[in-house]
Amino acid sequence: MSFFEIANQYQDFDFAGYFDGVTDRDVGASLAKAGEINRLNEYDLLNLLSPAAAGFLEPMAQKARTLTLQYFGRTIGLYAPMYISDFCSNHCTYCGFNAKTGFPRTKLSLEEIEAEAKAIADLGIRHILVLTGEAPAKTPMDYLEDTVSLLTRYFSSVALEMFPMEEEAYRRLCRAGADSLTVYQEVYEQGLYKSVHPKGPKSDYAFRLLTPERGARAGFRALNIGPLFGIGEPKAEAFMAGIHARYLEREFPDVEVSLSLPRMNPVDGGMAPAHLLDDAGFVQTMLAWRLFMPRLGINISTRESAQFRDRLIHLGATRYSAGSKTDVGGYTVRNPERTNCDTTVQFDITDTRSVDQVTQMIRESGYQPVFKDWEIF
Amino acid sequence: MLTLGPKTFSSRLLTGTGKFASKTLIAPMLEASGSQMITVALRRVDPGADQENILSHIPDTVTLLPNTSGARTAEEAVRIARIARAAGCGDFIKIEVIQDMQYLLPENYETLKATEILAREGFTVLPYVMADINIARQLHDAGAAAVMPLGAPIGSNAGLEMKAMIRRIIDTSKLPVIVDAGIGKPSQAAEAMEMGADAVLVNTAIATAQDPALAGRAFAKAVAAGRMACLCGLAGAQAGASASSPLTGFLRN
Ligand code: SF4
Repeated sequence: MSFFEIANQYQDFDFAGYFDGVTDRDVGASLAKAGEINRLNEYDLLNLLSPAAAGFLEPMAQKARTLTLQYFGRTIGLYAPMYISDFCSNHCTYCGFNAKTGFPRTKLSLEEIEAEAKAIADLGIRHILVLTGEAPAKTPMDYLEDTVSLLTRYFSSVALEMFPMEEEAYRRLCRAGADSLTVYQEVYEQGLYKSVHPKGPKSDYAFRLLTPERGARAGFRALNIGPLFGIGEPKAEAFMAGIHARYLEREFPDVEVSLSLPRMNPVDGGMAPAHLLDDAGFVQTMLAWRLFMPRLGINISTRESAQFRDRLIHLGATRYSAGSKTDVGGYTVRNPERTNCDTTVQFDITDTRSVDQVTQMIRESGYQPVFKDWEIF
Repeated sequence: MLTLGPKTFSSRLLTGTGKFASKTLIAPMLEASGSQMITVALRRVDPGADQENILSHIPDTVTLLPNTSGARTAEEAVRIARIARAAGCGDFIKIEVIQDMQYLLPENYETLKATEILAREGFTVLPYVMADINIARQLHDAGAAAVMPLGAPIGSNAGLEMKAMIRRIIDTSKLPVIVDAGIGKPSQAAEAMEMGADAVLVNTAIATAQDPALAGRAFAKAVAAGRMACLCGLAGAQAGASASSPLTGFLRN
């Protein structure tokens, strides 16, 4: 059974009704079971995400911390994003790169990508996440393949956050040296999905939902998924993302699965977030995921503030982006500080600290920053 | 003395480099524990980064045991081993082939295949495996220098979940037996040694302790105590008093 069928089963699930019925006892019982892989079922995840569990944050945090130490040690992985093109044919109502937004679009040449790669590698970063908008005519397979193989000369891990592709295309990119795939469903509720993706290839809910599965079959060794918090009801979305992650973990046991918790920032586009996930809700989601899946990777981006990120280290996060630029060529090539060229950012960075500063913070928190944790040998 | 391939060690405690709060804690831990062999994941080695290069935190007197963590198949493990040797990490290699990212349990068949190839190439191969007497025998025939059954899943600190199976391996194996993974407390290390294991490898418990150096020392003492207990010929505990030959004594009358 693909995850599409599973997601369908939950489309009519009365999340609000279920959450209303969760008692302190239910939360306590789920929490007591936590501590081992596969001990918690879907209902336990719901209980831990429920409003009732908001009163259990501290004991949840204690357990989540112990589990994270056990499986990941006192280490935090580091990575940086690199945007190579902001051409996009989609109409995502929450994104500044959407096809309707008028701004001069940019695509890096291979020489420019190499300059960016050098600049990022000089910061000590060894894991890179490459991003593009969805415009295959502008960024054809040959270009993407060349990009990936070029980047393998500078980085030990090349992760992709690109538009959903067919398995064969992913196979080619894996052969070129990519090892991880990030694809956010953005929103799991189908009706909402359709309304925020009115036009463009991204409007195909099922094709996007099944992308991680195609990626795993094509040979990626790590998958990163997540909802974009702000579109759908956060607790229901967090639940769907959680069971999606567990589905992938079971279906593809040799793949490392991780989740991200991006929160919509107002700058993302015209649309204001319909649901805000506050800091307490963010932490509760992270803790519930960790207790549900003790080996799960949890990525925290620079969308979050420095002070908040400093706290999350102790609560189960495993990977941080650092020194991020979210515009094309933002590190050197088109850096407005160095040229007069205007570029548009996809979302605003909140934690603007340098890689060195983030590294320092991780050390001061009693953790080891890990720059290199993978290599295709 | 513990002999593994061409080298002999006086310490029977092997340690690891993963999960430390800081790489700078590794050298003091090694000193306090007296551990003479330490495993390092080649995937974390970055020769291009001076301070970040984990190898620069390991004293020359300690034998490096590069491991193939990250390998999903024998082929990948072999490739990693060859790179480790070419990078100057020596001839020791710990084979770790894992295909299940939930429990991180080793895949014995691929491990055996990698062992065969690497032993033939002159590596001193220490394979990490599920506790099974057949694999121990096959690894011996394949040229491994030891067998490393897991006590419990990596990082679980669950101790000797595989106790009965490990005991059978100890009873039958012609290779040194190093209990790897799952040991979370010095008492569990002592128990493994008391059972007759030749050595233990401890990483998570030491690396994530508040004071890794002190934890290293505690484990070293536990390993030494367990070893002595194994050698001293303890009389086994018995439930009740035993009359001498109650059933067959009549034959001598
Ligand atoms: S979210 Fe991605 S696909 Fe949607 S408009 Fe922005 S860049 Fe394009």
